[in-house]
Amino acid sequence: MTAESSNPKTGIMAALRQPSAAFHKDQLAALGQWLLAHLLPPVVVLTGLMGLWEILCSMPGAMLPAPSQVVQETWELIVLPFYNYGGNDVGMGWQVLASLERVAYGYSMAVVVGVSLGVLIGKSTWAMRGLDPIFQVLRTVPPLAWLPISLAAFQSSNPSAIFVIFITAIWPIIINTSVGIRNIPDDYQNVARVLRLNPYENFTRIMLPSAAPYIFSGLRIGIGLSWLAIVAAEMLIGGVGIGFFIWDAWNASMLSDIVLALIYVGLVGYFLDQVVGFIGRRVTRGTSA
Amino acid sequence: MSDRYLIIDNVNKIFHSKKTATHVLDSINLTVKRGEYISIIGHSGCGKSTLLNAVSGLTTATSGYVILDGKEVNAPGPDRALVFQNHSLLPWLSVYENVALAVNKVFGASKSAQERKDWILHNLDMVGMSHALTRLPAEISGGMKQRVGIARALAMQPKLLLLDEPFGALDALTRAHLQEEVMRIQADLNNTVLMITHDVDEAVLLSDRIVMMTNGPRATIGEVLEINLDRPRNRIELASDPLYNEYRRAVLRFLHEKQQKVAPLTPEASENKQSEADQRVSVG
Repeated sequence: MTAESSNPKTGIMAALRQPSAAFHKDQLAALGQWLLAHLLPPVVVLTGLMGLWEILCSMPGAMLPAPSQVVQETWELIVLPFYNYGGNDVGMGWQVLASLERVAYGYSMAVVVGVSLGVLIGKSTWAMRGLDPIFQVLRTVPPLAWLPISLAAFQSSNPSAIFVIFITAIWPIIINTSVGIRNIPDDYQNVARVLRLNPYENFTRIMLPSAAPYIFSGLRIGIGLSWLAIVAAEMLIGGVGIGFFIWDAWNASMLSDIVLALIYVGLVGYFLDQVVGFIGRRVTRGTSA
Repeated sequence: MSDRYLIIDNVNKIFHSKKTATHVLDSINLTVKRGEYISIIGHSGCGKSTLLNAVSGLTTATSGYVILDGKEVNAPGPDRALVFQNHSLLPWLSVYENVALAVNKVFGASKSAQERKDWILHNLDMVGMSHALTRLPAEISGGMKQRVGIARALAMQPKLLLLDEPFGALDALTRAHLQEEVMRIQADLNNTVLMITHDVDEAVLLSDRIVMMTNGPRATIGEVLEINLDRPRNRIELASDPLYNEYRRAVLRFLHEKQQKVAPLTPEASENKQSEADQRVSVG
């Protein structure tokens, strides 16, 4: 005999509580299901790949370190991301931050100049005809090809690296912005005309918001390219930065450090992409991908 | 003066492309009284939208002119508010903000911030959209979007309200519902309205006069039918009203006997029709 049936009062209470308890249970079950469906596949695949890596690199004559060896050899770097022993000998956190600082400068300039030029060639057919052929040629120049000429111009490594970021990120921003401005629906322009918005109001209230989804897809491609370029540029210019850290480790034959740095580079790149994507969704209220 | 509130005087419109010139509108003459509700009906591609755009100022007539309240129309302006078939709400602005953009621009100097806010809410309330102020256009139904479009147009307190097939994209029940709303609002505000429609029932139900246009090219006004039905009108009672049915018959006779589309449905012809329809969509 259960407690509910022996005591009518607590029985009723239990019955009243039961729906919410059952609901709670259902919710927990649903959460479990969701985790199982979304977390299980990446965990399984990652474990499998690491296992394969471990097996392959543990074989005699393997040239690259196995994951266990990487963790063992880089343990100090993993647990102390912000140590500072002076000079280039600083933790991975500082290395990444140094690279991010260069990206921040170069990318910010690319955003300002790129959006402005994009609006210009989106609005003016004359400017488009004049600038587009030049842009189409220049945008195919690989980022590192700009480095020697910028080193010659700036006579200093840091501004050169920043310039390489700028020149790499700017093309997709210009092109996407101009497409966005060109594709503003006539309907929106008709609304602006009926309301007699002045050019400034038209620009801020109609054109920019309407082109924002395009602009943000350009910004997102741009941030990805910036991060690709900075690692390569830093390998050549030296100093503190994740790119030079990789080059330095290669010269010192510390392959485990390189593996760890690659993981850092990948995670930071993913993070940057997500941040720009998040801002884009907020600004465009969900209309940009 | 109030008998000649809107004057469309000998308006012609010729579109020039590279080699050909298309004479779309030919000598359109129409005079509208203040507070009158006019429907313009005609087959697709007869230039109804072009005529409305000429009155709105979005396109300029090749010759002839449009005079509203003693002033010649030569550019778009908030005194001729438009309700577009595809609503044309700005998708990044909420329902409230869409109306606010218009109200703040039109009454920015003449009304205080509080008055403007009250006026926005009043207009959204009038079309029954007070419950969805913070929703984005993508989050509301087609009928609701059209209500917001109407609220935005009414909130400008236009001298002339231009409706370009306002209910064309809606299902029949929603359309009927919105027609009722428009009649109710019209009874209160007594706006001067120019409405394009394809729908004979809609034209007879809502209008004081129906302007029937001939087929293009060189479309012009074929007949004008005065609708002498008492207001308020009730669609159910009118269904058995002989006068109402006589009006319907007159419009149908014009459209399907006198202005019957005679072009055979060859692939080429239907292609043309398609591109015509596309053009109309892009014009708005």
